[in-house]
Amino acid sequence: MENERKLTIARAMAEATAQEMRRDNSVFVMGEDIGQLGGVYGNTRGLWKEFGPERVRDTPISETAFIGAAVGAAQDGMRPVVELMFVDFFGVCMDAIYNLMAKNIYFSGGKFKVPMVLMTSVGGGYSDGGQHSQCLYGTFAHLPGMKVICPSNAYDAKGMMIEAIRDDSPVVYMYHKGLQGMGWLGTESGATVHTPSEDYTVPFGKAKVVREGGDVTLVGIGMSVHDSLKAAEKLESQGVSAEVVDLRSLVPLDRDTVFNSVAKTGRLIVVDEDYKSFGLTGEIITTIAERDISVLKASPQRVAYPDIPIPFSRPMERFALPNPDKIVAAYNEMN
Amino acid sequence: MVSRFFEEAMESIYMEGKTPVFNMAEGPIPGEMHLSNGQEPCAVGVIAHLTAGDIVTATHRPHHQAIAKGVDLDKMAAEIFGKKTGLSGGRGGHMHIFDADVNFACSGIIGQGMGPAVGAALSRKMRGEDGVAVAFLGEGAVNQGAFHESLNLASVWKLPVIFVVEDNAWGISVSKKQSTAVEHNAVRAQAYNMPGRFIADNDPIALFDVAGVAIEAARAGHGPTLIEVETYRLAGHFMGDAEDYRPEGEIDGLKAKDPILVMKKRLINDGLLTEDQHTALSDKAKARVDAAITFARESDFPAPEEALEKVFV
Repeated sequence: MENERKLTIARAMAEATAQEMRRDNSVFVMGEDIGQLGGVYGNTRGLWKEFGPERVRDTPISETAFIGAAVGAAQDGMRPVVELMFVDFFGVCMDAIYNLMAKNIYFSGGKFKVPMVLMTSVGGGYSDGGQHSQCLYGTFAHLPGMKVICPSNAYDAKGMMIEAIRDDSPVVYMYHKGLQGMGWLGTESGATVHTPSEDYTVPFGKAKVVREGGDVTLVGIGMSVHDSLKAAEKLESQGVSAEVVDLRSLVPLDRDTVFNSVAKTGRLIVVDEDYKSFGLTGEIITTIAERDISVLKASPQRVAYPDIPIPFSRPMERFALPNPDKIVAAYNEMN
Repeated sequence: MVSRFFEEAMESIYMEGKTPVFNMAEGPIPGEMHLSNGQEPCAVGVIAHLTAGDIVTATHRPHHQAIAKGVDLDKMAAEIFGKKTGLSGGRGGHMHIFDADVNFACSGIIGQGMGPAVGAALSRKMRGEDGVAVAFLGEGAVNQGAFHESLNLASVWKLPVIFVVEDNAWGISVSKKQSTAVEHNAVRAQAYNMPGRFIADNDPIALFDVAGVAIEAARAGHGPTLIEVETYRLAGHFMGDAEDYRPEGEIDGLKAKDPILVMKKRLINDGLLTEDQHTALSDKAKARVDAAITFARESDFPAPEEALEKVFV
């Protein structure tokens, strides 16, 4: 590709944030180790050097206070981008997230805006154990009042970060550690893609058909998009044409694109690294069932995390994670 | 006095539709109701120093703080009645009083107004704009993580924020003695390298003086202060609270120290107020409250489906 400019998701997030910080003085970043270190996952690299410690604030390990503070600053006219280092840590600060950040617009009848971005790392696959490997997409998307997104590649990561910062409502920006492109953690190469240098936005609530096909629809978000694309390659070798839908955002959820794809293929497999029950996979299947169940030629399938805490041991974790072979097997069991 | 008349009106209207059988869901004001009778000095003594541009975050017991801050009384009453003309069109209710015009916000969760106050103070500091944030909390909140995290953060960043502990001695039915390792929460300020001040006996004048110094220091960039006020909750934790946990005679003792009566006596003794002036002020306050209640009663309910709006902006 001519003039190709490949970035990792980490660099795309940092570039987007820097561009918004140059454009708008009310944008600032705070969280643990997001300053001089540049974020544990590299997503704030370079910001501290360019903007200094006033606008790129390392915080104490006090998520309740600094996420609550982000809400207060956002209500007062600032645009904080705040980091919860691992989504697993929500347990110590969920009140600030779901009772303040997500509800204060409603409680004020829309008179207070809460323009903040809560970025947080998700996902496992590298033996980090059960308190540092979860996705929890469904947990956040279930609670009203916050937008919930997760990019699968650097192009979307940049455009969705700019969109998130400019949004007057709170956005939970989830980024998958296995897609970040960190030198010290294995990464999915498909996430590192051409990313324009200028600023641009990717709107929320618009899923993307990342591969067209006619026999089955694979729906995923973040890492599970890449699992689905690899499964689609495998299915192609057995003569099956799979369409892959990257949801990109859960709230708002683009039900039309999912439905239209399934209406075309007649078969649906939902792939999710989050826990299976009461979550994303059930919601996507419900989208079809509620609208027109007759488009389905076979019972829908889900390839999701079993309802267990995430195990440490490598073979156990790999057993539990979704993967392309499980998706192919799920297809072969459908008819 | 506006605050006290407002709470007295709430007390009587709240019971409408709830007798002879008390059902919290019935009557013109359903739901929980936490009255601030007796705690008025805490709000007045501090907020008298603030302007509309300063920030206040309040608690589940917010009426006295809201009234002192200048929250629109008509709209606040209407909000408590769940009316369309309420501050948020009925979406919030009594524990979620928000008025952007005077920078007033609330949380019904213990201690959770503190983080937002710290953040609002940070916002002003970063923009180089004048403004002090005051977080009100009860003495029960000092054993929450939010209290310790917020004090530390405000101190580390030297932010213009004042934390005011309204110590009414009771966390619903559990006394401070049972729950709290220190006699005075003001001493906890030392752990966070900020001044801690204790105001005895619900004294609005002493509080006014201490708060003035604290707020001036905050505006001058000297950072936060923790103020603890010994106050008196003359009512139950919520309406309908049987208050069996109180020692016998406690309420009578507290009523004798009713801060509205104490203040009246003090002003008259000091020659700063006459009975006639007091009556005039009292009548004016009562009329203001009556007008707000009438406004609330006469307002329409929102269309039910308006519940679906204002989730995002």
